[in-house]
Amino acid sequence: MTYIKKPINHHPNLKKNKLGLTRRDYEGAVSSLCAGCGHDSISAAIIDACFELNIEAYKVAKLSGIGCSSKAPAYFLNDSHGFNSVHGRMPSIATGASCANDDLLYIGVSGDGDSASIGMGQFVHAIRRQVDMTYIVENNGTYGLTKGQFSATNDKDSPNKYGEENPFPPVDLAALAIQLGASYVARSFSGDREQLVPLIMGAFQHKGFALLDIISPCVTFNNHDASTKSYDHIREHNDALGKVDFVPLGREITANYEEGETVEVNLHDGSKMSLEKLDSSYDPTDANLALNTVREKNDEGKVATGLLYIDTKAPDLYETLNAIDKPLNMLNEKELCPGSDKLKTINEGLN
Amino acid sequence: MSKNKYLYKRHNTWWVKLSVPKTLRDKLGYDLRQTTGTSNLDEAIIKRDQIVQEFRDIINTEKNLLEKSSLYNEVSNNSDVPVSEHMPKTDISDPQYFHKVVDCQWACPAHTNVPEYIRLIAQKKYTDAYMLNWKSNVFPGILGRTCDRPCEPACRRSRTHEEPVAICRLKRVAADNKEDFDALLPEIPSEKNGKQIALIGGGPASLTVARDLLPLGYEVTVFEKDPKPGGLMRTNIPSFRLPEEVLDEEVYRVIKMGAKFVNNTEIKSMKSLVDDEKFDAIFVGTGAPKGKNLNIPGRDEASENIHIGIDWLTSIAFEHISSIGKKVVVIGGGNTAMDCCRTAIRLGAEDVKVTVRSPFEEMKASDWEIEEAIDEGIPILENTSPKEFVVDDNGKLKGVKFEKVAPQYSDDGKRKMVPTGEEIVIECDDVLLAIGQDNAFDWIERDIGMEFGEWDMPVVDKTTMQSTLPKVFFGGDAAWGPENIIWAVAHGHQAAISIDNYCNGVDLLDRPDPLTNLVSQKMGVHEWAYDNDISQEDRNIVPHADHSEALKSLKVEVELGYDEQLALDEAQRCLNCDMQTVFKEDLCIECDACVDICPTDCINFTDNGTEEFVRGSLRIPAVNLDQSLYVSDKLKTGRVMVKDEDVCVHCGLCAERCPTGAWDIQKFSYTEAQTLNSKDKKKYKEVA
Repeated sequence: MTYIKKPINHHPNLKKNKLGLTRRDYEGAVSSLCAGCGHDSISAAIIDACFELNIEAYKVAKLSGIGCSSKAPAYFLNDSHGFNSVHGRMPSIATGASCANDDLLYIGVSGDGDSASIGMGQFVHAIRRQVDMTYIVENNGTYGLTKGQFSATNDKDSPNKYGEENPFPPVDLAALAIQLGASYVARSFSGDREQLVPLIMGAFQHKGFALLDIISPCVTFNNHDASTKSYDHIREHNDALGKVDFVPLGREITANYEEGETVEVNLHDGSKMSLEKLDSSYDPTDANLALNTVREKNDEGKVATGLLYIDTKAPDLYETLNAIDKPLNMLNEKELCPGSDKLKTINEGLN
Repeated sequence: MSKNKYLYKRHNTWWVKLSVPKTLRDKLGYDLRQTTGTSNLDEAIIKRDQIVQEFRDIINTEKNLLEKSSLYNEVSNNSDVPVSEHMPKTDISDPQYFHKVVDCQWACPAHTNVPEYIRLIAQKKYTDAYMLNWKSNVFPGILGRTCDRPCEPACRRSRTHEEPVAICRLKRVAADNKEDFDALLPEIPSEKNGKQIALIGGGPASLTVARDLLPLGYEVTVFEKDPKPGGLMRTNIPSFRLPEEVLDEEVYRVIKMGAKFVNNTEIKSMKSLVDDEKFDAIFVGTGAPKGKNLNIPGRDEASENIHIGIDWLTSIAFEHISSIGKKVVVIGGGNTAMDCCRTAIRLGAEDVKVTVRSPFEEMKASDWEIEEAIDEGIPILENTSPKEFVVDDNGKLKGVKFEKVAPQYSDDGKRKMVPTGEEIVIECDDVLLAIGQDNAFDWIERDIGMEFGEWDMPVVDKTTMQSTLPKVFFGGDAAWGPENIIWAVAHGHQAAISIDNYCNGVDLLDRPDPLTNLVSQKMGVHEWAYDNDISQEDRNIVPHADHSEALKSLKVEVELGYDEQLALDEAQRCLNCDMQTVFKEDLCIECDACVDICPTDCINFTDNGTEEFVRGSLRIPAVNLDQSLYVSDKLKTGRVMVKDEDVCVHCGLCAERCPTGAWDIQKFSYTEAQTLNSKDKKKYKEVA
């Protein structure tokens, strides 16, 4: 908990985006999480992504459940809509909200407990339905808020702070999401801002369900030497599949790559994800390859990070439901009520 | 926006002024200004916004050009740079590193610990704040009213916010509210060390030397040509800016420490003093006492009504003059000119004009003194160059003929004033000349072994203040020409160290080190030993005496000083730049918490390289080259931590949000070396 107020003044040369806003304008309250928490880095990355994409905060809804991670939406985008739901129920709230108004950008922030344990049932169905949202899992492998018990994503045999080893294998949320048909799946590390920000920007611009499984060390309970979710462990075992860049609409790709070294994926709004491949055989549009790669790297003791899978053709929930373009919550009585003539026709049809 | 923001008045017309960022000053100058063409404040406010916007556009365009040029394009390929050219780890054990971060203290010639005394004022410990000042600059009450304040333009707040902390006026608060502190003064040994020092001139430089040497057991004699001590502080600063009681208190405090004061005695021969074996060392603090003359036609005929400004002010100080004509012209644009015109009004002149040869913007006087003269209704005519004193048939001064000139700048930026052909005559009864001051060393014989250099000035060593005649030292305006009081004090401290070394047979270059200390401010998990709430308030205006009172008498002080509440508010604006952010790389886990929380984006984790590369590769490029980068050793990931000291507000959030204590806030105190605080050194023990 920090009691010092963050001064409102900023660097005189702080950049402004197209809306005339600085990065500071996208901030939220000063974090009450432990100092050094990976979640705060993720909040900062979200702020960077919103700034770069010239996002208007009032067009964003932040949703969360319960847990350290779920406190995080208070620490970015002060001027956005927000909903702090019951434990594990954020995906359902997001589904409902998205149905009512798909014009907003939905950012769901959840943790390994909120998603992989109590909320698993909600989580999988939001993916299956392709809710158009960015679902961020701040994954630290531990229940920080209740003093450091193992969570469902903690690696087998990786001990807790007190030396006890975890007897159960972990849930791999990214692999699960690919399997369930999520159309944008990425894994990253809170301490790698260069990789994280483009991935978040891509997720924001993606149409459909985007899962970001972000390993986010818990400095208080899970940053010890034997932990597989510590800053040091992830830095040593991070195996990036490619260097990701997000190319907004209208910006040319300036870096020169040899043919076959990059993959470009066009997003629906005309922007692009560009992937400089470090492993030349990797193709993020191939779901089977993605699943295999994640498993292989896992067997090698490494963590595959980067854009694991993307499918820009998959229909999202709104499309599947064949809903009209206008958000449902903006339809007025006239548009909603077919009128007595129509009713008459329907009634006659029932005879 | 406050009513007067960006606005200032000139010749009864409102102008807009916007300062230019340091990096663009080579190109755009120090500030941008434009007239609103109206004397009506409300109209000016309406026009202001548009002009300010235009200026901002100009500045932004230039900034973008600058960004595109040099620094920014260099940031492409760093891998070729050999490690030997990488930035080295910053050596924070060098006392000057953190000293430089304390911008005000670094800029002060006497290196007064400004943030510390402002904190003492905030705690209402006025006597302690005064003593801290007194030890460092000897004349806090005088300087709190008259200092040239090099600290204020340096103040970090002028970079992070708009206006600097009113450091000078806070110093006055300490002086105004102090209580009796005789018990805190250094002890004067009753047993003397047998060394006699002659101090020529009774101004700030000599008095500082006396103050520094008396506690060590020296016997000093001050020779003063005027009846009372104080030098230019008494003769040239009118009492409506510096009341006599304030002056007397601080000047006589030094004399009362045991200096022998010989008044009404002008030393006419250096040789006799050098030959007089009574004195072990001689210090010359005679200032620059000769006002420049203006030799144009009519000067001799009208001499009765043409006065040299500083001599005239001196005569008023000693009450030899108490009146002046109804119409007065002051020629010159420095602080003396401002003092002359304001004094003339108080002596009963009804129409006072100041004429300056240069453009208004390039006037030498301090901004605040110009403002006050204008505020008292005195017009300043720029680009006006005197040609002739006009005399009537009886040989009496009738007026001054001026020609209008206009600045013309050559390609290398040099200014030339070119006549426009227009001529004006300003009628007047008296003229005051304030066009500069010269040194006067005709009393120093040229055959006594003292070398004289350029401008017929004695050759004086920049560090030791020693002349080429070993027992003679110089300081203040006498050393290198007109400066100001705080420089005279700084010279005095250095000269005292040299004289002390000289009298004890110690090498003059073996000078005492400054005293420094670095102490953690962490009191508990979330408790810090200083107030780190950053005030966002504007600078507080100092209340002034009403014109109806102030303009009637020379004795009414114009500035009333802050009352307690204003002083406390103003003290709160200090950013505590002495609270240093200290980084320990072995504790850092590179979690980025400090990077994310820093309100001014000072902290970076980046690849090392040349300084140019590193400056350009920061989150916000470090374009202010006057400010240091704090570079760590290599971290686990191979990167380094780089902190740009430029706009750090010392809020302490980096340390507060650091999980491992790699960042700490530590109070850095720096006390400039003086004879007073280096008594613990071995050589002094031997003397004792």
